[in-house]
Amino acid sequence: MAAQRAGWPTWFRAVWVHAYTYSKVWKGSVTTTFLFPLLYLAAMGVGLGTLVDRHAHHVGGVAYVDFLAPGLLAGTIFQVAVNESTYPVMARIKWMRTYWAMLATPLDIDDVLIGHLGWSALRGGMVSGAFLLVMEGFGVIHSWWALAVLPLAMAASVAFAAPTTAYAATTTSENGFALLYRFGVMPLFLFSATFFPLGQLPVWLRAVAQCTPLLHAVNLLRDCTLGIFPATQALVDVVYLAVFAAVGIAFARRAFRKRMVL
Amino acid sequence: MIVAEGLRKAFGSFAAVDGVDFRIGKGESFGFLGPNGAGKTSTMRMIACMSPYSGGSLRVLGMDPMTQGPAIRGRLGLVPQEDTLDEELTVLDNLYIYGRYFDLPKKLIRERAERLLEFAQLTDRRNDKVGPLSGGMKRRLTIARSLISEPDILILDEPTTGLDPQARHLLWDRLYRLKSQGVTLVITTHYMDEAEQLCDRLVVMDKGRIVAHGSPRALIAEHSTREVVELRFAVDQQQANVASVEDLAERVEVLPDRILLYVHDGDATIGEVHRRGLLPESALVRRSTLEDVFLHLTGRTLVD
Ligand SMILES: Nc1ncnc2c1ncn2[C@@H]1O[C@H](COP(=O)(O)OP(=O)(O)OP(=O)(O)O)[C@@H](O)[C@H]1O
Ligand SMILES: [Mg+2]
Repeated sequence: MAAQRAGWPTWFRAVWVHAYTYSKVWKGSVTTTFLFPLLYLAAMGVGLGTLVDRHAHHVGGVAYVDFLAPGLLAGTIFQVAVNESTYPVMARIKWMRTYWAMLATPLDIDDVLIGHLGWSALRGGMVSGAFLLVMEGFGVIHSWWALAVLPLAMAASVAFAAPTTAYAATTTSENGFALLYRFGVMPLFLFSATFFPLGQLPVWLRAVAQCTPLLHAVNLLRDCTLGIFPATQALVDVVYLAVFAAVGIAFARRAFRKRMVL
Repeated sequence: MIVAEGLRKAFGSFAAVDGVDFRIGKGESFGFLGPNGAGKTSTMRMIACMSPYSGGSLRVLGMDPMTQGPAIRGRLGLVPQEDTLDEELTVLDNLYIYGRYFDLPKKLIRERAERLLEFAQLTDRRNDKVGPLSGGMKRRLTIARSLISEPDILILDEPTTGLDPQARHLLWDRLYRLKSQGVTLVITTHYMDEAEQLCDRLVVMDKGRIVAHGSPRALIAEHSTREVVELRFAVDQQQANVASVEDLAERVEVLPDRILLYVHDGDATIGEVHRRGLLPESALVRRSTLEDVFLHLTGRTLVD
């Protein structure tokens, strides 16, 4: 009975299964992964950007397309991380119940969560990798720091996925997701300095935006692709995202235990 | 292999399993019988180390599920009451990923998967997505999947619900074979014939407690008579006819649609019923089953 074990740690098996499943069902998602940044950068960056630059004499000191691209990148990662943690998580708990299948094997509840968050990180890495390639094509990457986008995007994906997962594992009905998208995801996507600098917002909204996670990811990724690091701001961004991720993970752990360890 | 003493499972203040004792030996085929809500699934989930027990003690393969869950689960196979298949993946991939959870190398999984597909009669559906398969096919796949790790203990929570008679008999046959290879089987079911066929020993559960235990034959001998006469009178006339027949039997049960007379000689009893001028719409004699045992012990039918 030799070689009866592959020797993979339990958490790794949980991450692997997401990657394997994705490799089987990805189908058209590769085109959207590249097509989305391509179309947006062409339409908004170049088309709209020409107009903006003519009238505003550059946004935040750079051409509009340079400003927009990292914002869109962060916004995309944000949406992907949330999308993968709403209906899919509910499906694996409630509809297909595949998490329960994992729990009947040597995997335990933390492995299941690590599997999901680990996969979220990998997805964030994949999406940002594709996005960076397109950005390079548009000539909007101005620094080698852009390579730091990959690990930062992976970490940010975990920060976005964890609280969403906690919510998806707590709620028993999918009706709440529509509200989450309408009143959470969409406003953050639009107002987190993604499309225009924070300074354009009224002061009170600026303060609100400072408290939300996407803004800090946008700041960091923009610093990287532009190669400009306002030191204190970057530190605040990193600390904020780290704390946000840690709290999200704690809530997700609690939610998973409450829902599936009965 | 499995020892439970005073085992309890509470959900809030409600005791789903309320102090049960059982001892399941190696290679044994052990059944849990009981109506909806008796606590069968709760017990299975505790044995499968998926649900922490609230009281008493439980040892599986000599280990404590509280502290050694992963090690125990690595040697168990579980067929849950509700299917937990990945509907987006193919039949074969469902076996493959499950084998991976048990850390089996790819080659070994592929080999075993071939045999299990054969067993589940799904070889020709191997590359089809699971989603559109019929309920019975999904059930067969779930059972096949639980065997990919070649477990020492196989826990089956209502394995044949949704299977057609042919698939049921095929599964029984397969379970016999596993048993003869020394695999310990733990089975819950609502089907009396299944329990009588498959189980060396069983317990009857009701409201979280064990109300009887023993081999199917011993239980019937202990709690019922040799034969049962079923009399069916016109609708709503059962109760009205009880008085005229109750002296003929050791015991009488009145169900909404029929009267059961527990007797030693069924034919003689029917003869007497007719002599008394009673005209049931139908009258038949059958052997006692576990259903009768359950009815006797709890006053209720198993399948409600
Ligand atoms: N997670 C839970 N929270 C609260 N109560 C529960 C939970 N799971 C089971 N119960 C309750 O425990 C009792 C026993 O349930 P269980 O599923 O063990 O019964 P069962 O014997 O398997 O029934 P069935 O034949 O319908 O499958 C039921 O009253 C059920 O409502
Ligand atoms: Mg059950």
